[in-house]
Amino acid sequence: MSKVIKAENLSKAYQLGEIGTGTLSRDLERFWARVRGKEDPFLKIGEVNDRSVKGTSDIVWSLQNLNFEIEQGDAVGIIGLNGAGKSTLLKILSRVTAPTTGSVKIKGRVASLLEVGTGFHPELTGRENIFLNGAILGMRKAEIKRKFDEIVDFSGVERYVDTPVKRYSSGMYVRLAFAVAAHLESEIMIVDEVLAVGDAEFQKKCLGKMNDVSTTEGRTVLFVSHNMGAVTRLCNSAMLLRNGILIQQDITSRVITNYLSTDELSAAFNEWTENDAPGNQIARILSAGVFNENGDLYEYTDIRKPVIVKMEYEVLSDGTKLTHAFVFHNEHGLRLFDSHDVNTKWKSNTVRKKGIYTAELIIPGNFFSEGKIKVSPAVITSDPWELHAYAEDAIAFFVRDSQDGDSARGEFSGNYAGVVRPLFNWRSQFVSK
Amino acid sequence: MGDLTDERWDIELTPHAHLFDLKLKDVWRYRDLLVLLVRRDFVSFYKQTILGPLWFFIQPLFTTIIYTFVFGSLAGIPTDGLPQPLFYLAGITAWNYFSDCLTKTSTVFTANAGLFGKVYFPRLIVPLSIVVSNLIRFGVQLLMFFIIMAGYLIKGGVSFHPTVSLLLFPFLLLLMAMLGLGLGMVISAMTTKYRDLTFLINFGVQLLMYLTTVIYPLSTVKARYPKYEWLVEYNPMTPIIEAFRQGFLGKGTFTATSLGISTIITAAILLIGIVIFNRVERNFVDTV
Repeated sequence: MSKVIKAENLSKAYQLGEIGTGTLSRDLERFWARVRGKEDPFLKIGEVNDRSVKGTSDIVWSLQNLNFEIEQGDAVGIIGLNGAGKSTLLKILSRVTAPTTGSVKIKGRVASLLEVGTGFHPELTGRENIFLNGAILGMRKAEIKRKFDEIVDFSGVERYVDTPVKRYSSGMYVRLAFAVAAHLESEIMIVDEVLAVGDAEFQKKCLGKMNDVSTTEGRTVLFVSHNMGAVTRLCNSAMLLRNGILIQQDITSRVITNYLSTDELSAAFNEWTENDAPGNQIARILSAGVFNENGDLYEYTDIRKPVIVKMEYEVLSDGTKLTHAFVFHNEHGLRLFDSHDVNTKWKSNTVRKKGIYTAELIIPGNFFSEGKIKVSPAVITSDPWELHAYAEDAIAFFVRDSQDGDSARGEFSGNYAGVVRPLFNWRSQFVSK
Repeated sequence: MGDLTDERWDIELTPHAHLFDLKLKDVWRYRDLLVLLVRRDFVSFYKQTILGPLWFFIQPLFTTIIYTFVFGSLAGIPTDGLPQPLFYLAGITAWNYFSDCLTKTSTVFTANAGLFGKVYFPRLIVPLSIVVSNLIRFGVQLLMFFIIMAGYLIKGGVSFHPTVSLLLFPFLLLLMAMLGLGLGMVISAMTTKYRDLTFLINFGVQLLMYLTTVIYPLSTVKARYPKYEWLVEYNPMTPIIEAFRQGFLGKGTFTATSLGISTIITAAILLIGIVIFNRVERNFVDTV
């Protein structure tokens, strides 16, 4: 494998605040410094870019000293919180803006999709826009002509191809735009979170296409997304950015684990002290965690393997009827299901003595859909209903689907919809010819 | 390791580009885009209009009528003995080409900020496409000029005739394009930071027109205001328009020297324009 992208000491500084007022004197100062061969007076301060903390200078480093290499055929996910520098990095790589210091070397053509429909002209027809947009993205006219039918076919807007795009629905617009970009013949493809648009069916198509691009066509893909599910499936490696600094470049699973635990502050285990433990005078939760069958913390789970969710809680007064429960949400905040104890000695509404209890819920493999699952432990009385202790989204884990063909998705590699992903048995037979 | 053979890179992104690295190879690779942008400008110009491309005629036609009335009849400014409408139309046609190139180019960065902020292509393509689209417009207006010329010839009784200077026409056209492009690029590069220039350009172009021999001939300035004559004569557009009139209508005052100076100024402005444009192009997204 050969390297196709190599970044050395890559940094990018932005000026904060108003641009245009007082910049003339600043520019002159800068120019004068350069004439005398001195360093730029406004770039000296190297602060970490944390947007919530007020800094002392009005220059901010959106990226700082990035060093990385990307090999041909890699699909690299770039993840990080908002403002971590993901978009800045893509902008530099797609040559929209130049680095402040350092350099990037690139082998081959780069096609960047920072936005779909760049350069579409509302007055022109779909057909005209395919040519215009293709040319803007770097295609030759002959190339577009050759792929025209394929593009129209992929977009699914055949009927409207001779209508001005201003009459298009926003969905059609996006479809057409992505279709053009997807047919670019470039060695490197850079994709920002453009897939957040369009309907589910089309998103599926886009992800499938991107998967093809990297796995079968051997092209390099850089993909920025907050959708960890898409990143895990599409990307074999990932880069984690935090405040403009490259924290980690590794295989996707390790990077996502790091991201979820440190950036999104969602851990697979959480415990509370006596003072901050959630609860009332009857019960309080002491700790909660996600484990595998061996009892190890399990933050990045295999979709096929069971998950054990465990909580420890303290009952503070004698004689109350209560039980323990868990509430599950997915990463979009959709409540997946609740579960409370119905089969052990401590099931629904048993009268409790003071003391510390533990409870484990065993969830079989091939049940959750992929993505982040947030778990809220609770102590309740179910009839009449009363909530004693509740720790909202206290712990979380990340379910990763397998590509081995033995999970519910089988051989399919695109975006697999649905909030759960059970593996069921089928009966099927050949009936007649 | 095989790393040594690996060190052949196609693109290298660095903070500062070489001053005269004009990326002409890139521009050539994107030539289809230039054609498509010209087509876009042309098509979107008359979409949803009734008169369509006729609009290309209307503006110079009415300007000529007004000028004939105001400057010709009311103010009585001499026109080198040429029929007034022809005299003005010649000036307007040439001037329009220059000023359209200038004003359109001067907003390239601000008008295309959205596009430039999302995708890379050699930015020079856009100003070049402006020059070419305006050329089409210019061609249409020139056609109208010919029609009116023919009208006068058929009617007879007026004295004008094309001269050998007509051979200079392609060169004049190139000069106008270069000047408009160069000046426009300097201004466009600066407007990314200082928006003041957008306001300046609007009336600046109008003022500049009065310093150019659009509504009066150079000969009149020479005769009446010998003291300020240099102001008009060294304006690089003046020799171009004078030569244009001389070529088509046989009246106009220019020398090899004045046209030579104009050429040198134009080349210098274009060079400065391209250099500044290339510098700004790299980072303007951050400041626009």
